[in-house]
Amino acid sequence: MQPDFIDRYSRLDSPVHRLAAGPKLLTGLTLVLLVALWPATPWSLLGTTTALLLALALLSRIPPRFLLRRLLIAEPFALGVAVLTLLQPGGFQMFLVMLAKSTLCLAAMILLTATTPFTDLLAALRRVHLPAIFVTTLALLYRYLFVLADESARMRRARMSRSFAVDPAQHRRALATVASQLFLRAHDRAGRIFAAMSARGWEER
Amino acid sequence: MHIPDGFLDAKTAVTSGVLAVTGLGLALRRVRQTLPPQQMPLLGLAAAFIFAAQMLNFPVAGGTSGHLLGGALAAALLGPAAAVVAMSAVLVLQCLLFSDGGVTALGANLFNMALAAPVAAWLVYRPLARVADRRLAVACAAWVSTLTAALLCAGELAWSGRVGWSLVFPAMGGIHALIGLGEALLTALILGAIAAARPELLDAENTVPRRAVLGLGLLLSLGLVLFVAPFACPWPDGFEKIAAQLGFEQHGSTLFKAPLADYAVPGLQWEKLGIILSGAIGTLAVFVLVWVLVRMIAKRKQDHAA
Repeated sequence: MQPDFIDRYSRLDSPVHRLAAGPKLLTGLTLVLLVALWPATPWSLLGTTTALLLALALLSRIPPRFLLRRLLIAEPFALGVAVLTLLQPGGFQMFLVMLAKSTLCLAAMILLTATTPFTDLLAALRRVHLPAIFVTTLALLYRYLFVLADESARMRRARMSRSFAVDPAQHRRALATVASQLFLRAHDRAGRIFAAMSARGWEER
Repeated sequence: MHIPDGFLDAKTAVTSGVLAVTGLGLALRRVRQTLPPQQMPLLGLAAAFIFAAQMLNFPVAGGTSGHLLGGALAAALLGPAAAVVAMSAVLVLQCLLFSDGGVTALGANLFNMALAAPVAAWLVYRPLARVADRRLAVACAAWVSTLTAALLCAGELAWSGRVGWSLVFPAMGGIHALIGLGEALLTALILGAIAAARPELLDAENTVPRRAVLGLGLLLSLGLVLFVAPFACPWPDGFEKIAAQLGFEQHGSTLFKAPLADYAVPGLQWEKLGIILSGAIGTLAVFVLVWVLVRMIAKRKQDHAA
């Protein structure tokens, strides 16, 4: 996994990037709430939102291909649930509405995270008094997610280079060992991180 | 199982949101009280581990592959409260950064996968691990937790009126009864490998007091009562079917003049509320009963020890 795939363009310079993280988060969430929970869903609301998001995307100077790709990656999950509505009477209208709503909300969230560094979002969450221990957990998760993903990829490569053809049962067992090692390494790393944090004068708030 | 935006209506989103926030609050308070400071970074690292483990693809029969969900593994490794916090962090990050699961559905997703799944797993794992092999116990816990989360998800979709229960229940329940088997196998293999390498890491499970899960367990049952019970109860449907067969239904409307006939479907609303209420009272009663029993047994054990 490329470590910067998710927020590769979050540090560009554009009018959208320059907005403060807190208000941007609030606006994004309000927009999503409005689109997702408006009961009757007038098409005019969906149209206005589409136009607004397109304008913001253009303003942000992020390559459209990147935004489109992220949208396409997330879309199948929405499609999978939406398809169920097709199986009931009058489901097609529901299918279209649900798909339009979820796509717009997805686009709004993707645009938000693509134009805001995650650390700024975390700082905004801290400012609205989300419990400190939870924000710290989120920050550590974000920081070490890529480290562990790399570690897992290295172990995978090592395993592949030592085993040619294995049957699925062996494969599963090997993967279970890899996963357990991953946990043990994460556990030990947590101990070292605590030592490092303490050495730098960290205090629980 | 991540519900996207636009699939839940306001009442379901708010209800599940309130349940999820309450649960996360309870878990955070518990963690702050009991977790030693040097274990604090472990919450984040364990969350990162679950995230990375979810990216490992395991081969399942027939060329398909599945991946770990992790609720039961987190519960067995960290205990219920810390597992709820770590899984919540995973889901919040997936929602904010990866757009996996909607913002308005975050409450529901948190409740299903970060709260119900580890807590249900713990409630199965803890008693079973005392009498049976740890791997068997965690396998059962993983299956139950996967199915619980799937049923809650189905109930939330049905309650929002987007998809009929008769459609979404077999779809979600059936698929996840199978996925749960894979989850059970994986969780058992991984926990077994960890126990073989570092048995001392699994001692945490004996230090969690029973009442630590009281609030979380209560929230889980409340969620099941709200989201699943109104649909899973077969009697109204059966009654209506019989009424239709015997030709009652035309008479019904003429025999009884409903006092609220001008309002839209009053019968349906109240019936559902009645089921929810009776379910809630029943759950509370069962919970109190179990709690009293557990207290009595625990006391007797202490007396023996003394």
